[in-house]
Amino acid sequence: MGQYAIRRILQMIPVVLGTTFIIYASVFALGDPTVGRCGERACPPAYIAAFNAEYNLDKPLLVQYALYLGKLMHGDLGTSFYGNSVATELANRFPTTIKLAAIAVFFEAVIGIAAGIVAGVRKGRFIDSLVMVSTLVVISIPVFVIGTLAQLVFGIKLGWFPVTATQGTLWQLLMPGFVLAALSLAYVARLTRTSLVENLRADYVRTAKAKGLSRNRVIAVHTWRNSLIAVVTFIGLDIGGLMGGAVVTERIFNINGVGSYIFRSINQKDATAVVGAITVLVLIYLAVNLLVDLLYGVLDPRISHD
Amino acid sequence: MTDQQSSEKDVIARDVAEDSTTAGIEPGVEEVSIKGRSLASDAWIELKHNPLFWVSAVLIVFFVTMAIFPQLFTSTDPDYADLARAREVPSPAAWFGMDSQGYDVYARTIYGARASIMVGLGASVFVLIIGLVMGVISGFAAGWLDAVLSRFGEIFIAIPLLLGGILLLTIYPNRAGDPYLLIVGKIVFVISLLAWPRIMRIMRSSVIQVKPTEYVMAARALGATPLRLIKSHIMPNSIAPVIVVATIDLGAYIAVEATLSFLGIGLQPPAISWGLAISQASGLGSVRNAPHMLIFPSIALSLTVLSFILLGDAVRDALDPKLR
Repeated sequence: MGQYAIRRILQMIPVVLGTTFIIYASVFALGDPTVGRCGERACPPAYIAAFNAEYNLDKPLLVQYALYLGKLMHGDLGTSFYGNSVATELANRFPTTIKLAAIAVFFEAVIGIAAGIVAGVRKGRFIDSLVMVSTLVVISIPVFVIGTLAQLVFGIKLGWFPVTATQGTLWQLLMPGFVLAALSLAYVARLTRTSLVENLRADYVRTAKAKGLSRNRVIAVHTWRNSLIAVVTFIGLDIGGLMGGAVVTERIFNINGVGSYIFRSINQKDATAVVGAITVLVLIYLAVNLLVDLLYGVLDPRISHD
Repeated sequence: MTDQQSSEKDVIARDVAEDSTTAGIEPGVEEVSIKGRSLASDAWIELKHNPLFWVSAVLIVFFVTMAIFPQLFTSTDPDYADLARAREVPSPAAWFGMDSQGYDVYARTIYGARASIMVGLGASVFVLIIGLVMGVISGFAAGWLDAVLSRFGEIFIAIPLLLGGILLLTIYPNRAGDPYLLIVGKIVFVISLLAWPRIMRIMRSSVIQVKPTEYVMAARALGATPLRLIKSHIMPNSIAPVIVVATIDLGAYIAVEATLSFLGIGLQPPAISWGLAISQASGLGSVRNAPHMLIFPSIALSLTVLSFILLGDAVRDALDPKLR
């Protein structure tokens, strides 16, 4: 396990370097980092010169990149159009977004796994078809449509939930969290069902049945845990999708988190803020990926012993 | 998976051969003269009997026709606005009602298909080409080249599709006057750049499964060049899982385009797209007063995504013998 962990961590280094380099190169080397800094018109030469000096753009590319990495490690993401530190702005907004993501993961895990187990255990029955069809419908509706429809139906027409979540309280975030979770929830349900059905056909299940265990015990003790390995991995890897979805969900429900910060910065054409926020999200995604990989090694000993 | 498919095929071929073997003729000889069913024709027979396949195929043909010849479906000019009729509810004169600019929602829903279909098909073609080439090289060459290509792919897949799209379209922003094709091309480029490693991974593991099989070794022993091995033996037997994933992902790319347009960095207002229409309809005021503006483009978008997912599911069922 120790060796596996070290190998995974070492493999992560080139990926982190490569990803940050792509982001850096596309923004600072190939693109125009002063996009939007002077509104709709092009920036005056004096401003560009000052900007280039501040961001080391007058040095060779690799030196620039190394200096940028150094800044990144110190938590310096540059200053936004308004002169605020992007890092501080993000730090203020992260708690809300993490709360939203936690609610989403909760719904995803609890409802998704439960629906998957119910469908898998009763494969071919009505409840199975119901889960399969409803998840398919959810998968095919983009999250911004689900969000707007939920707002219309449950917020305005029925009045069950707050229409917007400006303060970001738990109660307000309930519906946005569910909307954010919807797509992944559907995938989790389908994945749980598939791996449960596959595991129910495995030899060890037949052995367990043959030694007289009840069907419920076979599912609860043996199959369920084995089926969960794939699901846990999916939930971890899906954090990337959740972060993209958060931009949309937070815009719809007016939540003051990282997602709506990105959306607002897009509208204000504040490239530095967008780039900084997205770099942080990508790095978080990579860290979560690494954690999931390590967790995978713990859950499934076969993986770490190859 | 492909192993099982080919062995399944062998079993079928043998069964057929044994049934029709006449005395004195070697079964092996007979097997050659019997017209065996290829995996593709096997899958086609399976597909023909799957109603979901026909539903999704008809829907896809319908939406692709809509994208190419929108004039067939409506004679209303989608760019003609009548502010006096803004937010009019659906009526026999305007089936889907009017939007807040006084545009005809039905006409704009029809014309909006083009952006979605172009992005979906365009991105899929590029993702497939890059992913297949890289996957075959990686799986076939193995060793250090495989390691380098795999790590290279990991770098791109580490950036979530939507976040990467937001990033690149913010740095290279679209302006209101930009030609339609340029913006569509940019979105296709972003998706292709970030999504190909997914196809590469699947193709690679599929090639690795097929490479050590007897028929590939036999062909190699007969002196087939690597190019011929890949073209006539490895590709046909390893491409099935890629086709399934690519079809399902096509739907996801359409959703990404709509989401980017919804966020305001994809297609820009004079252009017509479902994502833009939904974005304009999704403010609280519009949703409350004119939900028809939201509902019709949403249904069209969801149906398109759904039909590609259904097609992918149907093709998987047809290609996976374990499910039969």
